[in-house]
Amino acid sequence: MQTSWIPFVPESASTVSGRVDALYFYLSGVTLFFTILISSVLIFFVIKYRRRSPFEIPRPVAGSHKLETLWSVIPLIIAMSMFVWGAQIYFENSRAPKNANEIYVVGKQWMWKIQHSTGQREINELHVPAGRKIKLIMTSEDTIHDLFLPAFRIKADVLPGRYTTQWFEATKPGTYHLFCAEYCGMNHSGMIGSIIVMQPTDFDNWLSGNASQQSPAVAGQQLFQSLGCVSCHGANGEGGRGPTLAGLFGRKVFLTNNQTLTADEGYIRESIENPSAKVVSGFNPIMPTFQGQVTPEQLIQIISYIKSLQVTGAQPAAPAAATATPNAPATTPTPTAQTPRGPGQ
Amino acid sequence: MKAFETFETPTAARVNYINAEYGLKSWLLTKDHKRIALLYLGSISAFFFIGGLYAMFIRLELLTPQGDLLSSTTYNKVFTQHGIIMIFFFLIPSIPATLGNFLVPMMIGAKDLAFPRINLLSWYIYLLGGIITIWALLAGGIDTGWTFYAPYSTTFSNSYVVATGVGIFISGFSSILTGLNFIVTIHTMRAPGMTWFRLPLFIWSHYATSLIMILGTPVIAITILLLAFERLAHVGIFDPANGGDPVLFQHLFWFYSHPAVYIMVLPGMGVVSELIANFSRKNIFGYKFVAFSSLAIAVFGFLVWGHHLFVASQSVYAGMIFSFLSFAVAIPSAIKVFNWTATLYKASISYDTPMLYALGFIGLFTIGGMTGLFLASLAVDVHLSDTYFVVAHFHYIMVGGTLLAYLGGLHYWWPKITGRMYPEGWGRFSALVVFVGFNLTFLPQFIAGYLGMPRRYHAYPPEFQVFNVLSTAGASILGVGLVIPFIYLLWSMRYGKRAEPNPWHLPGLEWRTSSPPPTENFYATPIVTWEAYEFAPPEEMQVIGRLKNEGLEVADAVIDGK
Repeated sequence: MQTSWIPFVPESASTVSGRVDALYFYLSGVTLFFTILISSVLIFFVIKYRRRSPFEIPRPVAGSHKLETLWSVIPLIIAMSMFVWGAQIYFENSRAPKNANEIYVVGKQWMWKIQHSTGQREINELHVPAGRKIKLIMTSEDTIHDLFLPAFRIKADVLPGRYTTQWFEATKPGTYHLFCAEYCGMNHSGMIGSIIVMQPTDFDNWLSGNASQQSPAVAGQQLFQSLGCVSCHGANGEGGRGPTLAGLFGRKVFLTNNQTLTADEGYIRESIENPSAKVVSGFNPIMPTFQGQVTPEQLIQIISYIKSLQVTGAQPAAPAAATATPNAPATTPTPTAQTPRGPGQ
Repeated sequence: MKAFETFETPTAARVNYINAEYGLKSWLLTKDHKRIALLYLGSISAFFFIGGLYAMFIRLELLTPQGDLLSSTTYNKVFTQHGIIMIFFFLIPSIPATLGNFLVPMMIGAKDLAFPRINLLSWYIYLLGGIITIWALLAGGIDTGWTFYAPYSTTFSNSYVVATGVGIFISGFSSILTGLNFIVTIHTMRAPGMTWFRLPLFIWSHYATSLIMILGTPVIAITILLLAFERLAHVGIFDPANGGDPVLFQHLFWFYSHPAVYIMVLPGMGVVSELIANFSRKNIFGYKFVAFSSLAIAVFGFLVWGHHLFVASQSVYAGMIFSFLSFAVAIPSAIKVFNWTATLYKASISYDTPMLYALGFIGLFTIGGMTGLFLASLAVDVHLSDTYFVVAHFHYIMVGGTLLAYLGGLHYWWPKITGRMYPEGWGRFSALVVFVGFNLTFLPQFIAGYLGMPRRYHAYPPEFQVFNVLSTAGASILGVGLVIPFIYLLWSMRYGKRAEPNPWHLPGLEWRTSSPPPTENFYATPIVTWEAYEFAPPEEMQVIGRLKNEGLEVADAVIDGK
């Protein structure tokens, strides 16, 4: 199923896989070169300078600083070229593009639960369109897992208690392996599935074909109400006794301990499970913890809802914050810093 | 100067360390470093045998894609226990505790290690740790992988995690004590004239290894304590459900366990330096570069642990720094390989078994080291981490490197240790079998790894079967290659040809005393007037040869009783 025209290289199906392969070929080339060089020199010496009489003693040799420098500097230069090349690809792919489609992934012993931003759920299968950027936002319900997509040459650990991401742009429709690559217990090797890359139009049909499910943002809104978040954060996240949530995601937040951070999935999650850890400047630590009351999947839905909350009108957040504590705005308006996000787009 | 000034016991009916005393008690209460080395040799061989049995089950299970021989739980225990036994109870003590214990005092001209009682204590601690671990394995086993990653190990695993941890925790102290003993011995007990730059490179590499043992091992002890504490008392250190941080565990674990890789391979490099120099009768090219590269590896080895966390949510910038440092630490190893190779230029190379192992080491270590560059390279490691590529890479270092060096060293010093020669023909044959079997086992795993086969998989997609069949076939050959020396070495202890004091005609101090040596190692305190690897000039060797032809014992002819 998954072979490429080059021997011993898996199918290449993402925008980054070709770049990783190129570096891999460079590394393999250098490895072969030095292995063959050293083995042939070794074999040549061993044959040429074999002991011819039991009593021969060769002339001792003094070292050579010139040679030592040569065979330190040349490997160093080659190693640095490998470092720069590898770091460059890694760095350029470390951050997902802003316009990537988000898909939520929850790993648990021993299955992958996947939910698209439109609400479709899948287990151990991940349908994605070719030619579009996809960002996976991943967490675990129990121990550490790792989502590994060999055909895309990417993997990332999936951790409990935090969110990790990885992104890709598939290039070639087909079905490829999806592995758990971090040992996670009894059925680790059964925690596998497939990633199915479809033509964009086929994918859109697939997506609308079973559109009966709620999107995570809508489910999150219901949780937002049923858990009573509305009483402090406002029916639309406009704030109140608690800070404003509309437009929060991706924005800089000032904390009571004079620190600043950018609100991401991890921060929102921490604020739900351990609210007093990082309190927004100007607010009291009055929020109860919701740890144990919301599952990792529900957390994702609430976060997805909060992400979807747009700033409506001109600076709607400021008056809300002002009503709570007039002298300390919950957030500083930094208009250039953010672009409010639509639901999962 | 005479060809090889010796410091042997002059009498014909010699008392040596083996026949000096008899009875079990004389062994169990011995303070002689040579006897303690043999105690270690016996126990380490037993652990190697157990670890090898587990390896056999792994390879048999992976012969077919379905998980049909063992259950998933059993398979997970088998690979975990293979790793734990091999790493903590074979590889880490292997060369230092046996060959190092035997040879560090002999090579520097000392009567014993600085702290003989602590040396014996270290063996008992090792044995206690080993017995507790074996008990844990028999009582129910452990399935966390040898890496003990939290929170699986602290919260989810239903196996004997704490008991195994206690075993490893205890045995760690034996390694600290051995390291301490070596450092003090090398600093304070060198014979007159044995300056630092006259030390054999075996000593330099053991010195570097001892530094890591002392500085690194306490960190794994702390890590295991924290793990046990969380598992027993449910304090949130690593499990996020209790407010802990699972990545913290990985940082702590690898802060020891990456340097531990150098604990395993540096002594091997020391052995190979000895073998290359002595079996080519040539001083090591760039002695100081090889010596200091060991220290450089020991120091920089502490700064690269983060390359195990490239995909573990470590920050991008930390990843780049650790990648850079990992490339940098490759350079001292490269320097060693080039210097070993250059040593052979215009040398007089013999094809004795130890030399075959040393040549195999250089080839396999080159492959192991170069494939390490793949894993230091960020973008490629993202694809390769936790695949069979990693498995193949570290087996090239640990088996192709350390095990080959250990076997080469064991053959080389066997006449000194036992007073008997091993059968040379069988030795060469099995070295060849080990080399072929090893490559057949682990080369295919590089390919399977790049194709995407994850490690620690009980069952796998059928497209990977061909590589696993090759691997299993290779492992069978490797197994045979390891059983042969086990048999003939045991056989030779009784039936082997009696060894001369200096069967290889070498200048090292350990060869200037009887085989086996007396309890106090040397008949008189040696005074070192020669450089490391200073072979006799050709005319003096001719003299030795003539004496031999006249039927005289070389050693007896050049005894210096002062």
